[in-house]
Amino acid sequence: MKYFMLIWAGLWRKKTRTVLTMLSIVVAFLLFGLLQGINQGIKAGLGDTSNNRLWTTNRMSAINSIPVSLMDRMMTVKGVRNVAHLSFFGGYFQDAKNAIPAFATNIDKLAIIYPELNITQAQVAAMKATRPGALIGRPLAKKYGWKVGDKIPLGTTIWTNNDGSNNWAFDIVGIFDPLPGSHGNPLASAFWINYDYWDEARQFDKHRIHQFFVQVDDPAHSAVIAAQIDKLTENSFDETRTQTENAALQSRLKQFADINFIANAIVGAVMFTLLFLTANTMMQSVRERIPELAVLKTVGFTGAKVSVLVLIESLMLCLFAAVVGLILSAGAIKIVGSVLGPATLLPIVVIFGLVIAVALAIVSGLPPAMRAQRLNIVDALAGR
Amino acid sequence: MSTLVSLQSVVKRYQRGKQSVEVLHGVNLSIEQGEFLALMGPSGSGKTTLLNLIAGLDQPTEGEVTVAGERIDHLSGGKLAKWRARHIGFVFQFYNLLPVLSAARNVEVPLLLTNLSAAQRKQNVRAVLELVGLADRATHKPGELSGGQQQRVSIARALVADPTLLVCDEPTGDLDRENAEEILKLLQTLNRQQGKTIIMVTHDPLAADHAARILHVDKGRLVDSPVLSAA
Repeated sequence: MKYFMLIWAGLWRKKTRTVLTMLSIVVAFLLFGLLQGINQGIKAGLGDTSNNRLWTTNRMSAINSIPVSLMDRMMTVKGVRNVAHLSFFGGYFQDAKNAIPAFATNIDKLAIIYPELNITQAQVAAMKATRPGALIGRPLAKKYGWKVGDKIPLGTTIWTNNDGSNNWAFDIVGIFDPLPGSHGNPLASAFWINYDYWDEARQFDKHRIHQFFVQVDDPAHSAVIAAQIDKLTENSFDETRTQTENAALQSRLKQFADINFIANAIVGAVMFTLLFLTANTMMQSVRERIPELAVLKTVGFTGAKVSVLVLIESLMLCLFAAVVGLILSAGAIKIVGSVLGPATLLPIVVIFGLVIAVALAIVSGLPPAMRAQRLNIVDALAGR
Repeated sequence: MSTLVSLQSVVKRYQRGKQSVEVLHGVNLSIEQGEFLALMGPSGSGKTTLLNLIAGLDQPTEGEVTVAGERIDHLSGGKLAKWRARHIGFVFQFYNLLPVLSAARNVEVPLLLTNLSAAQRKQNVRAVLELVGLADRATHKPGELSGGQQQRVSIARALVADPTLLVCDEPTGDLDRENAEEILKLLQTLNRQQGKTIIMVTHDPLAADHAARILHVDKGRLVDSPVLSAA
C-alpha cells in the first residue's frame, strides 16, 4: 500500500495520455460486454429450450407447408408423446408496420409441449369454446393494451378468408403469463388462434401447416425419432426435416448471421488493437521515466521491485478502465435488451472480461517492466 | 577516526562497441569516517566512475571496494540495492526529483523501503525538511521550487534514511553562485555538526574548498597525495 503513491504518480504523469488510453480501454470493454452480453443472451435463450422437443418442417424451407394429416402418422412413431403444430398467419394490427406474431395451432397440445408458456387448462377450454378465440402472451397484451373480451381485427399479408378479404377478427379469451426466464422465447409473446377455425375460413392451402412441435419421451432417442419421422415422408412431395429444437434455433440464427463469430471477431480485433495501444502507452511512459526509475534504483529499490511497480501501474490502468467499461456495458445491455430481445451480462462474461484486462495489463506491462528491471543505473543517469 | 571507504587496486573498464576502455587504472583510496572529501578533475577523468563504485551504483572490473566494513564489489544487483538503501544517500547534479510528487513525498521515497509506519515516515520527513530549511515548502512540487530549493529537497531525500555515506555528484553544477554557496554550507554543516561522511565530485575549485580534503583524478588515476584544505 505504501508504494501506491509512486504507482499513482507514475500513472498520472501525463494526464491527457492516461485519460485517452483509459477511454480507449473503456470503449473496448463496453463493446466487449455489449456484444458478449447479446451473444450470451442468445445462447442462454437456446439453452432454455428443452431437448425433448423436436421441430419438423418442410425439407425445402420452413415457409413451405406440409400436410397436417402427418400428425397422426407421427404419433405412431415409437417415442413420440405429443405433437402440436404451427402455421404462420402473417398478421398485422391496423397498419402493416405493426406486425403481430400470430400463429394458428392446436392449443391443447401446445400447452402440454410448452409448459413454460404457462397456458392454463381454463384458457385451453376457453379457446375450444370460442372458435375465433385468441390466446395472447402477456408481453404482447401489454404492448397494445389488449385485455380479455377485446375483439381484435387483424390484417394478413398472406391469407384470404372465405369472404374474399384479408381482414380477420379474433376474440381474446385469455392472456397467459409465461414463466420467468422464457420471456425471450418468441412463442411467449405470440398471438395464438385456433387452427381448425382458421383452416376452415381460409381460401387456400387448406389442411396444411408450417411446422410440427414433437414431444419425445426421452431426449436420448431424439436422433432416432427424428430420422423415423423424416422417413414417413421420404420420396414424397412433402419431405420433412426434423431437428432438435436447439439445433433448429441455432440453424435459423445462423441463417441471419453467426452472432457468436461476429461478436468474437469484433472483440478479438478490438482487443488486439488495444494491446498495441496500451503497450505503446506503457513503453512510452517508462521511456520518459528512465531517469526517475534510475533514481528509485539508486536509493535502494531492487530491479524486481521497480518492475513490479510498472506492472501494477499497467494493471491499475487496464483493470480500472475495464471495470468502468463493463459497468457501462451493463447499462447499455439493458437498453439494447429492451429493443433486441434477450441480452444479459452474465457473471461469466464479467469474469472473462476481467481476465482479459489482467492479461492485457501483463502483456502490455511486461516489456516495459523488464526494461525497468534491467535498467543500468549509471547509463540511465548519464542519459545513455 | 576509522576507515569508512577503502579501494584496493580498483580497475574499471567499459566496453564501447568492440573496444574496451579502461577508465580507472588501479586506484587505491582510503576515506575516514566523518570526512568531507572533494574529488576534482576534468571531464572524463573518471571521478564520477570512482564515485559510482564507492556508492555501489557500479562494480569494478578488478580490485576491492570495501565500505562500512563490507566488500561490495562482489554483491549481486539485489543485495547491492539493499546495501545502498542502508548506507548511501545520493545527491545528483540535476536533483532528479520525481516531478509529480510533492517535496515531502519525494523525501519519503527512501523510507518506503524501511519498516517505518506512515506516521514515523512523516515525522522523519518533517525533521529532515526542517534541517534543510524547507519545512514550509513540503507540499510544493519540484516545478514550484527554485533550483536551490530543489537541491535542498534532494539533500533531504539523501539524508532521510540516515545513511552512512553522503555521495554528491556535482551538487552545485546546476546552481548560481549564491544558491551553490548555500548548498555547500549546508553540506559543510551536515559534515561538521552531524558528523556525516561526504564525498563530493566537483570541477569547481570554490566548491571543493568547502571540503576538508581534495583529491584530483586525472586520466583514471589519483594524482595528488591527500592534502588538507583550509576548510
